[in-house]
This record gives sequence, structure tokens and C-alpha cells, in this order.
Amino acid sequence: MPKYLRAAFHRHDVQIGSIVLIMGAFFAALSPGFLTLSNIGDLLENYSVMAIMAAGLLVVLISGGIDISFEAIAAVSQFLVAVILVQFGGNWFIAFGLAGLFGALLGAVNALLIYYLGAISVIVTISTMTFYFSVLMFVTQGKSIYNLPNWFTTDVSFLSIPFPVIVAALSLLVTLILLSRLPIGRQIYGLGGNPEGAKRMGCNILGLQCLAYGYSGFMAAIGGIVQAHRVEEVVPYALIGRELDVLAAVVLGGASLSGGIGTVSGTVLGILLLAVLQNGLTLLGVSSYAFGVVTGAVILVSVTATAYTAKRQLRGMRHAA
Amino acid sequence: MTSSAAQDHSESAPAFIEMLGISKHFGGVRALNNVDFSIRPGEVHCLAGENGCGKSTLIKILAGVYAPDGGEIMVDGQAHAHLTPAASQRAGVQIIYQDLSLFPNLSVAENIVFRRHLEHPGRVVRWRGIAAQAKGVMSRLGVDLPLGEAVGRLPIAARQLVAILRALAAEARLVVMDEPTASLTHHEIDALLQNVDVLKGHGIATVFVSHKLEEVMRIAERVTVLRDGQKVGTFAAGEIDRYHLSELMTGHKYTSSLKPAYSGTADPILEVHGLTRRGQYEGVSMAVRPGEILGITGRLGSGRTELALSLFGMNPPDSGEIRVKGKPVRLKTNRAAVRAGIGYVSEDRLSLGLVMPQSIADNIVVSVLNKLTGPLGLIDGARRRNTIDQWLGELHIRTKSADQPVQQLSGGNQQRVVLAKWLATSPSILILDSPTVGVDVGAKDGIYQIIAGLAGRGMAIILISDEVEEVLHQSHRILVMLGGQITASFHPATVTEKELREVISA
Repeated sequence: MPKYLRAAFHRHDVQIGSIVLIMGAFFAALSPGFLTLSNIGDLLENYSVMAIMAAGLLVVLISGGIDISFEAIAAVSQFLVAVILVQFGGNWFIAFGLAGLFGALLGAVNALLIYYLGAISVIVTISTMTFYFSVLMFVTQGKSIYNLPNWFTTDVSFLSIPFPVIVAALSLLVTLILLSRLPIGRQIYGLGGNPEGAKRMGCNILGLQCLAYGYSGFMAAIGGIVQAHRVEEVVPYALIGRELDVLAAVVLGGASLSGGIGTVSGTVLGILLLAVLQNGLTLLGVSSYAFGVVTGAVILVSVTATAYTAKRQLRGMRHAA
Repeated sequence: MTSSAAQDHSESAPAFIEMLGISKHFGGVRALNNVDFSIRPGEVHCLAGENGCGKSTLIKILAGVYAPDGGEIMVDGQAHAHLTPAASQRAGVQIIYQDLSLFPNLSVAENIVFRRHLEHPGRVVRWRGIAAQAKGVMSRLGVDLPLGEAVGRLPIAARQLVAILRALAAEARLVVMDEPTASLTHHEIDALLQNVDVLKGHGIATVFVSHKLEEVMRIAERVTVLRDGQKVGTFAAGEIDRYHLSELMTGHKYTSSLKPAYSGTADPILEVHGLTRRGQYEGVSMAVRPGEILGITGRLGSGRTELALSLFGMNPPDSGEIRVKGKPVRLKTNRAAVRAGIGYVSEDRLSLGLVMPQSIADNIVVSVLNKLTGPLGLIDGARRRNTIDQWLGELHIRTKSADQPVQQLSGGNQQRVVLAKWLATSPSILILDSPTVGVDVGAKDGIYQIIAGLAGRGMAIILISDEVEEVLHQSHRILVMLGGQITASFHPATVTEKELREVISA
């Protein structure tokens, strides 16, 4: 891709990338345990589920919407697949295939509601989150599934790269191809940038929204399977409550909450930023409560900086016009 | 701009599109009645008429959005009862809507060739191909824009160019531009007209849908006028002038008489001495008396709007003095200006003057809420109602309900709501910056009558406008600003429109 054709917002990547490097250097200097191969390996594995889900959420944000329901979708899909695997057995293809199917369908329900009701995505997805999760808790009575098949819980690695990291890398790669190489991905950018314009251009808005929310559900369910594999059990309420962490990572990575802007590279950096911060503070022995404060502050600063830049650009534009 | 040879050529050529006897009803309302409209290859054609005259309906039928109830559409001599959007685009019709419908987050290149993403959904995106195609389209129009820049960062004129390039990339044979000049400066309009000339050179026809015709008339070959869903006629652009056109559009005769000289003897209510703000205007001195309408004209960037903002406290001057009723005042905020009895109706009513999604009623009372409170500091419903009703009546704001959102009103009625909002603060000095921008010819006249009525009741009015005939016919006295200074002062009777134009662009 010629340099001048890259989306004009890649400058954000450089900023976040430098912050990640500076923080990394800082923690490496303070804590000898930080820059070890085993710590970095753990770090990547710990954040792989977040990365998989972030890849899906990124697509929804670019389309101009938001998805709060993806963790609930992941929990439901995880549970359904676990029940099927325990009852009938299976293999990885069946596990991922079924989870992806359930996730995509549950996600597409969001798209249908948003399109046909004309409702705001945040309201719709909060509602579906509550509904999906409540049904799950009602059906399971909050009970976990521990008797997962052995093949499912056994650690796998390829070239000593842990399985979750491989799945995360593949998810990000697929998302990268979708967003920058497939015409439908470019249409999603168009939809997020100017919904009315996309409609007039002849884009299939319902189709694009089904793709975006379905993709988010799909990735969330894949992430749910990887999470169950890592912790070797399915706990119905394990995933709920992490929605905003994932959202924070994607927004830190430069995705705009008003749509049309966001990149896979930025999302990766956003997750790295949160990961390095959390891990470094843990190694320094800072309490997990303080950690929440720091994460919150970082997000606040980042969102402020983004908004401020946008405001300045707008002012510059008025002068130019 | 247009060579006569080209005109001869287009006159002899068969029509590219001919809409014959088009009728369209919506429910019981007849939007179009037996309208003929033809477009020749490469011609520049104006479709003129007031809001609601049916011009957008006609364009939407051409675009295939609506099917007509009667009539037929001939494309290259082939008759169709109606067009679908796809058929319309295949025939080479491209509509550029007023908002341009571009993707601000995407690059110039991708915007120009975005249609590829729809036409070849299965093909992997090749960025080199996108750049090459966009470059090719640009060279056809002979323009150069930064291919990788996000469109949202371009000035409005460049964005319009991107929209034209996008139409060109779609193999347009006819580009329809809906109100293209509304948000452009004179300079930018010149550039737009040049681009239209280039389109013409490629045999691409242009239809301007507009009610601001002054600029467009310079390049148009024919004008079709619609009124109340009927075609008034199609005219060669050379054979009608602006006044005649206004008459055709509205059906009213407009007398362009001058105001009688200002006869008041009161002391000036607002005086300005040597007002200066570096880089914007300097050494401005003037005075306005109660009941006087002072016109200030000048090009964009002449300092007229900056001066107005200073008088309204939003752009404090560096030096000089402002006196209201003989007393020096320091206007550092717009609240101070409102207290001093100054009202300001901004040029950009959509972004500065009105809260678009809110109701007419709320917009009218927003600046006087603290005057409408009862004993507990809560809004007194009856007084609020009275204020609203008073101004709805006085300004003849036609509405089903005062609770209707302002964004549903026509431009003329929106402007009246802004006026009502300021009149509710009972100002003694009212600054009107370009009060009729984007307003129909007929509605303009209504606003002029309101202005004259306010002056008649003793309000001092500063009327800022770059429409020369507006200041000439609506003011008692005219000041011309150029490069931040007042360069001339006239009584309307002592100057012609042509002379005034020359002074403005000296």
C-alpha cells in the first residue's frame, strides 16, 4: 500500500506505540522480571482473549455503532458449546464452528433490532446483554461446567507459541484483511463515516450491520471458547463485566466512538498498552485497586487527547473554509 | 466562459434526456403537474424555483427515487415510464446532493472511486489501482488534490470538487448539483463554475438546482422555472435578468424601489470611534440612529463579520470606543452586549443561531428564560406562552404548532425564528448578518418587510450583506468595507448597483 494512501489517522499508532515502548522501558528498568521471555509469553497469553474480542468490537465501532453485548454472547455461546461437547463429544473444529455460529446469530439479532427499530446501538446491545445473560443465569442457575473433555482443556502450542496466542493472531489477521482488503470492509468504513452517504451510494445497510454485529458476536464466541480452554471450565458469569476493558483497549487504539475511524494495528497497540500497564504495576507490587485507578486515568487522558485533537482540526477546517 | 460554437453545437444536438408531461402526487397533494424538462448533451441548465415548487421531486424522478404518476422519460431517444436508481445511474445521471454525501473519514482517492467497492464486492482491494484510477479522473478535470488526505480535512470547496470527481469516475453524462453554491464564497463559486466548464468540455451536462441564481446565471445556457408544481417556462439565460426571474419564480411583481432617505433627528444610539482589532479591521468609525437601517457590505474577509462580532461582544477590539446611547460600553461578552440592548442574528443560523432539533417555542424563548421566571425561579408557563405567541404572530411564522422542531421549517421560516429569538430580548440595536442567505426569493421579501417594520418602530438596524442589491434597496445608508477599513459611504439614491459593486471589489 503506497504510503500516502494509508488512512490518514495512522499518526495515532505512532503516539500509542511510543507510550507502550516508554512504559515498557520504565517497567523493565524497575522490575527485572518484566523483560523476561516467560513474562512476555504469559502477557500475550493473558491478553489473547481480549484481543480476539477487541477485533470483533473494532468492526462494530468502525461501522458507527457500539456493542455492549459481546461478553454476554460469548458466555451464552461458551455454555451452549460446552453442553454439546460434554454430551456428544467433538473436536476443535466443531467447538469453534458451533461457537462462531451461535455468536454470529446472536450478534445479528442486534443488527436486526438496530436496523428495523432504528434504535441506538448502545441501548439495543445493553438490552440484549441483559437478556442473554439473564437467560443464561436462569437456565444454569449459575452452575459451572467442570467436566470438559480432556482434549479441550489440554494445553496446545505450535512452535512453542501457546494456542490462545495463535487464535488471537489469526483473528487479528482476518480482521485486518476484512477491513483493509475486502470491499465490504471498506463499505463498513463508509457506513461509519457517513451513513446517509452510504445509503445513497447504494450500500446494503442491513447487510453491513449484520456483518459488523455478527462479526463481533462471532469473535466474542471464539474468544469465549479460548477462555474456557485456558481456565478449563465454563463459569456462566466469568466473562460478564469485562466489556468496558475491551472497549477501552479499542478506543485507546484510536477507534472513534462516532464511527468510521479505527485500525487493527491501533487496536493491537491499545491492548498492549493496557497489558504492559497492568503487568508492570503487578510486578511492582501495586495493588489491583490502584491499578483500576491508573487504567481509568490513562483512558481518560487518551480520550481527552483524541477529542482535543479533533476539536483543533475542526477549528483549522473552519479557517480553511 | 461559454464559447458560442459550443452553444450552437448543443442546440442542434438531440436531447440527452427528455422528461415529458411528468406528473406526481403525494397523497392528495399534487407535487408536479404535466412538467416538461429537457437536457441537451453538455449543456448547463438551471432548474429554478422556490422551496416546494417541485424541483426536488423532479430531480428525484430523474434519479429514479420516485416513479412519476404520468408522463415519460426519454433517455437517448428511448422512452421509459419511469427509471430505477440503477437505470438512472447506468444512463449516466449523477446527483450531487447539497451535503455532498462524501465519506469524511476516507481518503480523497477512495471517495472518488468508492463505487468500485460496490461494483466488485468480491475483488480484493488494490490500493495502487484506487490511486491510479483516482489520478486518472483528476487529470480529466485538470485538478490536483492530495490523494491520501481524509476528505473531512479539506475545505468545503475542495470537498465539492471530490464530489464532482466521484460523479466523473462513475462515467456521468449529466451531473445534477443541488444548491451547490449555498456554502461557498464568491471565489469558490468561480472555481466551481470553471470546473463545470471543464465538464462541459467533456460533453457532460450540468443541471443546477438552485434558488440563488446570480452566480449560476453567469454560466447557464438555459433556465427552467417551476412554480407550484407547474412549469413556468424554459428560457435562454441571456434573455432574462434576475428581477424577471424572481417574478417568474414567485408570481409576484417586485418593485425595486429605494428607501426614502432617513428622516429621524434622534441622537445616534450606537457610535463607534476608531475601533481596531489587529488583523481583522482598523480605524472603524460609524454611527446608527434609532429607526435607521445601516447597510454594511464587503467581500468575505473584508472584516464585516468580525466587526459585527465585536459589536456583539464576541470578538473584543484591541482599541477604539463603542458608545451606546452616548455612554461608553465595554463589550467583552455577548451577555454584556445583550444587556446593552444589542441583538445579533448570525450569518450561519444553522450552527450559531438555532438549536435545530428543538421546538420553535424553545428556540424563541431560550435567550429570555431568566425574564420569564415566576416567584420560585421556575419558568412561568403562561408568560412563556405569551412571548411565543406574540412573536409567532408578529413575524408571521407559519407553523402547525410551536412545538414543531425548527429543523422541519423552511429556510425563510427558520430565519424568522432566529429573529423572534432576538426580538424577544427587546434589543434597541439589531445586527443582521446576511439575513437572507439560503432563503427563497418570496420569503426574502417577507424578511425585508419585517426589517423595515422594526426600523419603523425605532429599532436601529445594522444590515450586513454581500448581496449588493440587498443593501442597496433595504438600507438608508451604505458603508463599504474593504481590507478591514470602511472605504466608502453612500446614500442609496446617489449610487448605482454597478458602481457599488466596483467599490466593493476595488
